[in-house]
Amino acid sequence: MTGSLALCVDRLSVEFRTRSGLVRALDNVTFSVRKGETIALVGESGSGKSVTAYAIMGILDPAGRVTSGQAMFDEIDLLSASPKQLAAIRGRRIAMIFQNPRSALNPIRPVGRQIADVLMRHRELPTRAARLQAIEMLRAVGITDPARRASAYPFELSGGMCQRVMIAIALAAKPSLLIADEPTTGLDVTTQAVIMDLIADLATELGMATIFITHDLALASQRAARIVVMHAGHVVENAPTTELFVQPRHPYTAELIAATPDSAANLDDLAAIAGSLPDLRRPDLPACRYLERCSRKTEQCAQTLPQAVLGPEHIVACWNPIPVQAPLKRAIGAP
Amino acid sequence: MTVLLDLGHVSKFFPAGGRNQLARLRRRLSGGPEKLPKVYAVDNVSFVINKGETVGLVGESGCGKSTLVRALTRLLDVSDGSIKLGARELALKPARVFARDRDRARIQMVFQDAGDSINPRFTAFDAIADPLRRLRRARGKALKEQVEAAASQCGLPPVLLSRFPHQLSGGQRARVGIARAIAVKPDLLVLDEPTAALDVSVQVVILRLLQQLKRELSMSYLFVSHDLSVVRLLCDRVLVMYLGKIVESGPARAVFDRPWHPYTQALVAAVPRFGGEAMERLRLKGEPRSPIDPDPNVCRFYGRCPISASDCKTRAPALRRFGSRYVACHFAEEFVVERIKSGP
Repeated sequence: MTGSLALCVDRLSVEFRTRSGLVRALDNVTFSVRKGETIALVGESGSGKSVTAYAIMGILDPAGRVTSGQAMFDEIDLLSASPKQLAAIRGRRIAMIFQNPRSALNPIRPVGRQIADVLMRHRELPTRAARLQAIEMLRAVGITDPARRASAYPFELSGGMCQRVMIAIALAAKPSLLIADEPTTGLDVTTQAVIMDLIADLATELGMATIFITHDLALASQRAARIVVMHAGHVVENAPTTELFVQPRHPYTAELIAATPDSAANLDDLAAIAGSLPDLRRPDLPACRYLERCSRKTEQCAQTLPQAVLGPEHIVACWNPIPVQAPLKRAIGAP
Repeated sequence: MTVLLDLGHVSKFFPAGGRNQLARLRRRLSGGPEKLPKVYAVDNVSFVINKGETVGLVGESGCGKSTLVRALTRLLDVSDGSIKLGARELALKPARVFARDRDRARIQMVFQDAGDSINPRFTAFDAIADPLRRLRRARGKALKEQVEAAASQCGLPPVLLSRFPHQLSGGQRARVGIARAIAVKPDLLVLDEPTAALDVSVQVVILRLLQQLKRELSMSYLFVSHDLSVVRLLCDRVLVMYLGKIVESGPARAVFDRPWHPYTQALVAAVPRFGGEAMERLRLKGEPRSPIDPDPNVCRFYGRCPISASDCKTRAPALRRFGSRYVACHFAEEFVVERIKSGP
């Protein structure tokens, strides 16, 4: 993958120490984002999507530890950078939108102030200008009557509006990389579409790269140029969106697609995915963590995890990927 | 088909207090008729749910879905209208009294995100036993049997019954939430976004479970969701709500394949689809109109609607019937005719 990269995550591993044992939450996670590109990290809950984002941002829970890997952002390895270096990058050049806006916002500070805080800290605006700019930001993210809303507390705003405020905070400093962790979970489809449009428009305008974390494959397919599928702390497949949907190669990707309700004619056409995520505390975790749920397993699967390169942009971690010829039951892209 | 639940002209208004509590108090103390502004959360809504039918209720947050659901499950008193369960009128019973009513068990609810709605200090057993204890007065061995029966119907192994919610996975918690609701054998089960908190892999399993339970227990469902692709899978009929009013209703498939009301069109267009980038997107601009004392002569969708003609702000459209479907739009004919011409 050439071209100028906004972020390159290389063999990132993260462990959590818990009372019940060591949780190997991420194992050699590798992916990259080009400048201005939007990619999606998808997977079930517990697959390590958010942990990846937190590790990159350096905001892992104290119990978590990065055991190996690099996250290169403009010649700086975010994982080994000093707190001072990170403070200059976070919020200013890399911003994050969190999953639950209501709990991510400060409950006892008016939302306008919270946006102004970012402007004062990162754009060094004087207080008055920052306040006015904050109102403009609220207007830019589509909040009606922004001057009045700026003095509202998060509890006075709807979920959609809180999310807009989060976006305004994240984009206040015009970052070059945005990590959006489930930005529209819990919002209505109409609001979701508007919020996603908003992020996309601002991304184009600012030339911002976006890592979009979601469990909604259909949404990811619409919004991202490339999709990185995660399962139990592994990246199992990484491919351009159309390629991934037309021809998923990892069995897990195929099952995930088949389980997503979309244009499926009825409930019987949807396939449930067998089993559940393996317990990441197990000492005998197989090399391929999908092994126990997989219908295409071979003897090699328990030994090592392959990184098969199937095309210039298509990587799959599987010994026995689905052959290209096999047409999927539900052709994607069909009306 | 027999009608199970019949809602006639149900309305629910909430007083919209100004921020200034003192001014409100002064106004009240100074006597005279107090005219407080009102939030029209549910405004003159009528529909029926037949026996064995699954009805979907969709609309964005703030449209009054939850208020409507709380009114018809009798957790909330209505301002106006009638709610008939079979032949019995429930609207006049205060919600507090209805909690001890013999018909309380007939309408049960599965709440959004069982992780939040189950008492964290109750084991799965206690959670399921609670309604049985209160509404069926079940005790001892009979109670245990009924809890276990409900759990096994929902695919919960007995070993999990002694666990607390935080010790259960999302899918298991969803099962507890469902088991708790079906334990008292209701006629109507109201499901408020039952799968919103679940992964797709688990969602399919829970949806199948719901379908199977409906067959086994011959219940009716009111399925509240904003996930249209799920509503479409499960529902026979769908009601689309916007700012306290029903703007469109009809057979689920027909409504989603050929939405007639401009709001439904926008709603359907907003659902993410695989490879949907080629689709021309219909976007709603701005915020919904204020639900506080809305002008009765203006269409609720006016301003956000791509049509927004002059007629729309002088005369509110009524819900009109077109075959098996109902649409509240002055311009419904144009869509109906256009769609019929262009074929399905």
